[in-house]
Amino acid sequence: MTPPVEAAVDRAFREEWGQVVATLIRWTGDWDLAEECAQDAFALALRTWRRDGVPRRPGAWLTTAARNRAVDLLRREATGAAKLREVAGVLRIEDAAGGDEPGVPDDRLRLIFTCCHPALALEARVALTLRTLAGLGTTEIARAFLVGEQAMAKRLARAKQKIRHAGIPYRVPPAHLLPERLPAVLAVLYLLFNEGYSATAGADLVRHDLADEAIRLARVLVRLMPDEPEAAGLLALMLLHHARRAARLDEAGDLVVLEDQERGLWDAGQIAEGVALLDGTLRRGRPGPYQVQAAIAACHATAARPEDTDWAQIAVLYARLSRLVPSPVVELNRAVAVGMAYGPAAGLALVDALRETGALAGYHLLPAARADLLRRLGRTAEAADAYREAAGLAATDAERRYLARRLAALG
Amino acid sequence: MKYVLLICGDESAAEHADEGCGGWSEKMAERGVLRGGAGLRPPSDATTLRVREGEVLLSDGPFAESKEQLGGFCLIECADLDEAIEIAAAHPAAAYGTIEIRPLIDL
Repeated sequence: MTPPVEAAVDRAFREEWGQVVATLIRWTGDWDLAEECAQDAFALALRTWRRDGVPRRPGAWLTTAARNRAVDLLRREATGAAKLREVAGVLRIEDAAGGDEPGVPDDRLRLIFTCCHPALALEARVALTLRTLAGLGTTEIARAFLVGEQAMAKRLARAKQKIRHAGIPYRVPPAHLLPERLPAVLAVLYLLFNEGYSATAGADLVRHDLADEAIRLARVLVRLMPDEPEAAGLLALMLLHHARRAARLDEAGDLVVLEDQERGLWDAGQIAEGVALLDGTLRRGRPGPYQVQAAIAACHATAARPEDTDWAQIAVLYARLSRLVPSPVVELNRAVAVGMAYGPAAGLALVDALRETGALAGYHLLPAARADLLRRLGRTAEAADAYREAAGLAATDAERRYLARRLAALG
Repeated sequence: MKYVLLICGDESAAEHADEGCGGWSEKMAERGVLRGGAGLRPPSDATTLRVREGEVLLSDGPFAESKEQLGGFCLIECADLDEAIEIAAAHPAAAYGTIEIRPLIDL
């Protein structure tokens, strides 16, 4: 068992790291210094808490420790003197104001928006969010994204440098910029989640943690921006997908499709949380792509048996999603839902129309969906061809094995 | 922060060369963020120079043979990148060409 102090520091790290770094960045304007001081504060906590006990407000303790460390470091360097005066000025004003004032945006929110600024490359945004906000080490991030540690360190350094040199502001964008900036933040969190979620058992386990990190960050975002329905929609979507994680792979690490999943393995608590969150946010009447996707996930997650799934409702939701964010993949999903709700012939007509356009050439799920519909129509030979085509295009072993099983089951 | 807006476009952008900036310059000058700038004659009027071992080498045309060519530039001074983005987005050339926002080296 982990001793209580280590456990407390561990928990504080998960809960407070982002806040400590975010506050230090605001005070010093120096991202590297902020990270270094946060690290030192946690090291100090491990020593001090063992002796004096865990403080009542670990976050405040850590922020103060990191701030003292920053003042120390700045005092030591000549160029730090001017910076120090600035920092001291800010601190006096904040101390006088008494800290946690309502209406003052949380520093983590500034950090999220700065890390996810669209002037940074998407991969840099993702890496920076994990490093500064979630506190993952460069090594962990490099492993999660299958790149070398040095390459990842360089990517992070370059991103921080651009923030400084290009003048990317450290702030929550003003209201008129939010509609274009919030989607960039949500996209980063969703990408993080999917990186973790689609990882299979054979892949590095670190990737599974990415899904948890994404959910944790989305929770922070929802708490900080309670009036943004799409933020809540994204969190609901993640929860509803994540709830099924235990049933997605069998013992051999093979993919188990939705209809074959052991529904008893689904996390009922997480599903209930996701559905409640979604219901609350849909009531605002400002639907967006994440809310609609969450609504689709909820249709699946709340069906006690596969045959209870409300496919007609899912088809309607995909049509709605298609209007919000037109994409051939969404169309394919709609075709599958129509095939389930109104029979395989209706679904196949849509899939074939999509195939004609060539928009999904090379995407294995198109022939896979076609194969399924052809099988249900009794057109076995054509179904077999389509399964083979899909297997030839599939990217992972688990998917290829699944398609081979379906092909074999045709007899 | 000071930024240069490098206004680029392909050949079709040349059609817009004489259009001016549709009031953009006046508006930005009034706002106090415009520090200078100009439109450029087309690349066909360019001369490229190098000095190698004391010798001046000249060639006709632009340095880089690329589709996108520099058509003009503006020097602006504003609070941060977000404001620079907003200023650049208001420039009429953004609607047909591309604008590269480059921070100046801080001396």
